[in-house]
Amino acid sequence: MTHAAAHYTSTGLDNKKLAFWAFIGSECLLFGSLISTYLVYKGRSVVGPTTQEILNIPVTSVSTFDLLMSSLAMVLALAAVAKGDKLWARFWLGATAFLGLVFLGFQFYEFTSFVHEGLTLKTNLFGSTFFVLTGTHGAHVAVGVLWLLTLLVRSFQRKLGPEKALNVEIAGLYWHFVDVVWIVIFTVVYLIQ
Amino acid sequence: MGTNTHAAGRSGLWSWITTTDHKRIGILYGVTAFVFFLIGGLEALFIRLQLAKPENALVSAETFNQLFTMHGTTMVFLAIMPMSAAFFNYIIPLQIGARDVAFPRLNAFSYWVFLLGGLFLNASFLFGAAPDGGWFGYLNLTSRQYSPGINIDFWVLGLQVLGIASLAAGFNFIVTIVNMRAPGMRMMRLPVFTWMTLVTQIIVVTAFPVITVGLVFLMFDRFFGTTFYSVAAGGDLLLWQHLFWLFGHPEVYILILPAMGIVSEVLPTFSRKPLFGYAVVVYSGALIGFMGWGVWAHHMFASGLGPIADSVFGATTMMIAIPTGVKIFNWLATMWGGQIRFTAAMLFAMGFIAMFVIGGLSGVMHSSPPADLQQTDTYFVVAHIHYVLFGGAIQGLFAGIYYWFPKMTGRLLNEKLGKVHFWVMLVGMNLAFFPMHFIGLLGMPRRIYTYRAELGVADMNLVSTIGAHIIAVSLLFFIYNVWRSWRKGEVAGNDPWGGATLEWTIPSPPPEYNFTVIPEVLSRLPRWSVTQMKAIPDVPPEPIHMPGGSYWPVVAAVGIIGMASGAVAHTLWIVLASGALLVFSIFRWAFEPFEV
Amino acid sequence: MSAEHASERAHPGTGTYLAIAAVLFIITLVEVGVFYVPAFKPVLAPVLLVLSGLKFALVVMFYMHLKFDSPLFRLIFTLPLLLALGVGIALMFLFGAFGLGS
Repeated sequence: MTHAAAHYTSTGLDNKKLAFWAFIGSECLLFGSLISTYLVYKGRSVVGPTTQEILNIPVTSVSTFDLLMSSLAMVLALAAVAKGDKLWARFWLGATAFLGLVFLGFQFYEFTSFVHEGLTLKTNLFGSTFFVLTGTHGAHVAVGVLWLLTLLVRSFQRKLGPEKALNVEIAGLYWHFVDVVWIVIFTVVYLIQ
Repeated sequence: MGTNTHAAGRSGLWSWITTTDHKRIGILYGVTAFVFFLIGGLEALFIRLQLAKPENALVSAETFNQLFTMHGTTMVFLAIMPMSAAFFNYIIPLQIGARDVAFPRLNAFSYWVFLLGGLFLNASFLFGAAPDGGWFGYLNLTSRQYSPGINIDFWVLGLQVLGIASLAAGFNFIVTIVNMRAPGMRMMRLPVFTWMTLVTQIIVVTAFPVITVGLVFLMFDRFFGTTFYSVAAGGDLLLWQHLFWLFGHPEVYILILPAMGIVSEVLPTFSRKPLFGYAVVVYSGALIGFMGWGVWAHHMFASGLGPIADSVFGATTMMIAIPTGVKIFNWLATMWGGQIRFTAAMLFAMGFIAMFVIGGLSGVMHSSPPADLQQTDTYFVVAHIHYVLFGGAIQGLFAGIYYWFPKMTGRLLNEKLGKVHFWVMLVGMNLAFFPMHFIGLLGMPRRIYTYRAELGVADMNLVSTIGAHIIAVSLLFFIYNVWRSWRKGEVAGNDPWGGATLEWTIPSPPPEYNFTVIPEVLSRLPRWSVTQMKAIPDVPPEPIHMPGGSYWPVVAAVGIIGMASGAVAHTLWIVLASGALLVFSIFRWAFEPFEV
Repeated sequence: MSAEHASERAHPGTGTYLAIAAVLFIITLVEVGVFYVPAFKPVLAPVLLVLSGLKFALVVMFYMHLKFDSPLFRLIFTLPLLLALGVGIALMFLFGAFGLGS
């Protein structure tokens, strides 16, 4: 990545950070549309498994905890990078990525067991809306994991010093946003049935 | 002294393919958009020829469906939006006193994705399978069941690709306008064109995700058998309409606000008078952008929403006429008492006002649900949209072309030819579109490939067809004018019009770095105000580093279009390979040494 | 103004981050608990929405640093968020939720 030069900007804010917050704003509309569709179609499936029959709250609660803890790992990673603490930076970046992978593992388990129990993309409205919503979220997590692993590799290449903290901060913004979307999904899809 | 660039050469095809210079990208957008405009125009001429007389057999019904679908899709996404983008690209950095946009490679990427997306959409013609479900793709006509061919696949995937281009540009320009203004260029000193662009880009980044989701649902229904739009599964066809118009209505403000911004630049210059009520015009633009989110279901008055929804959306639609009207009055007040110079650019700007008002009046007529029940899906609406989009947006964009062509090429367009273009086009568009008001109210629906003589609209349809061809003739004058003036037009100099804003302080065309020294801005009208800003030196006092080119934006764009092509061909390995190319190019892009 | 200046304002320390994590943990426990307690059935939705809204706010304000950063970021995030909420609520009305319309 290009070095974080302190270019003059009209607001004093970094261009990349500003762009990224705008991107997050845009993503609110993306996930908002997906969640709205889920809500609008709730209870309208004509056939097939319903939410009560198939959603596994205990397991999903664990994956939710996992994602929340990954956000903690992320802020600790950023703090370590900013301090120049290479060891802890690598540890926490790796931990965040690992917890992200664990979350994806839970998603994979959930998706396959649902299919096994007769809920697929095609089965009914619940299947279509659920898999596309959580699948889109999962895809975002996967991209995040890839991003974090990239940063981890950069750290091992000794190219992630404190002067690169902004890059980690932006990765963090992405990661936390993905977590925050899950907070909404967990509540709206799983808990409020 | 002089520039110290790392550019990969400034001439030759490769330098254009790898360019990250906003001015070159602007020209690429402009030329490409104009070519697509001609293609969309050709589609319109075929439509009009088919409708010139009752029970005509020039084209089949299926071909006709493809013609009007591609005409609409092309004009909205491949002509008007990119032509506006040509001006965003070229002019915004100049107006704010910057050397380039915030993310030059992302800027190039937007253009290449747009070009490839437009080619992709039109490639459908090669398969005899151009999209044929209307530019708005209503279900369940566009479902796999009722549109089994690849026409709609081309449409869905093409729009997704174009959406990526627009979103990338949206983020780029928001950051550029907010964060890269010259010292002293406060927000309320920005030229109105720049302000309208900012509002437009905010609409882009918020509205496009909604259509993205709607299109994902349609794509999944068609490719993977999901039930989003399946009535049998309990789904609601109106979900598509809501998602589409939640995007679609803000989209029309995306189409018109930049042209309004252009008009707000041209009128003051050729009235030798500052824009009347600058702040009010800016706030109105922002208000239009915001209120535009509250009116979408006025496109659905005939779909059985119920009296409460109808009333709410009727009311919000009527209200949005207010900030729009305010702008009209401000423009008129700008001209009042001014020293008017009737240049071609000025004529188009004035033409915008006149034609847009007509379109706005029919728009207000649509805002009443009971009245709209008669008007909707008839040629009355076609009249409305063409008055606002052709009479409005297109004329505004032509005003921009005549105004800024000298800045971009260093040469003036011929004024006489420009005036002929204007008057012939004005006659043509009114002959083409005014009769449509009557045709519609007499009962001719939209999107029908023929009609019976008994309907009594044959003569007016013929007039409309003649008008369309007169528009085409007017464009010949324009094309000839551009072709001749590009190399042999009268030399323009820095400021041929006596403009007020920063772009007129630098040479035409500007050097690669735009400004030898970033200016310090002291007022809203730097070149007109009493407190003159410090003159900009002719040569840079120290070497200016400009980033070179990069080919990763093109490669990434190829990866994206590869994925779309693989999908339309239902061939997974192409999708995956292209996806891999895309990921690879993103990594290389991220780690490439590129100093902004 | 340097580009880094704005982002270097009051940084919460590790202790604060850990405390927030603990709060998030506890709120999630409460949410799951509320889900299983039958007595909460009638007020389930509002209670859960409030609790998750709290989690949302904590992550955004502290982990995403929005509380301490420039107000411009707050604007850029909040406006689209409110827009998304408005659109969602409007769609729910239009599709017959809250016992209205078709």
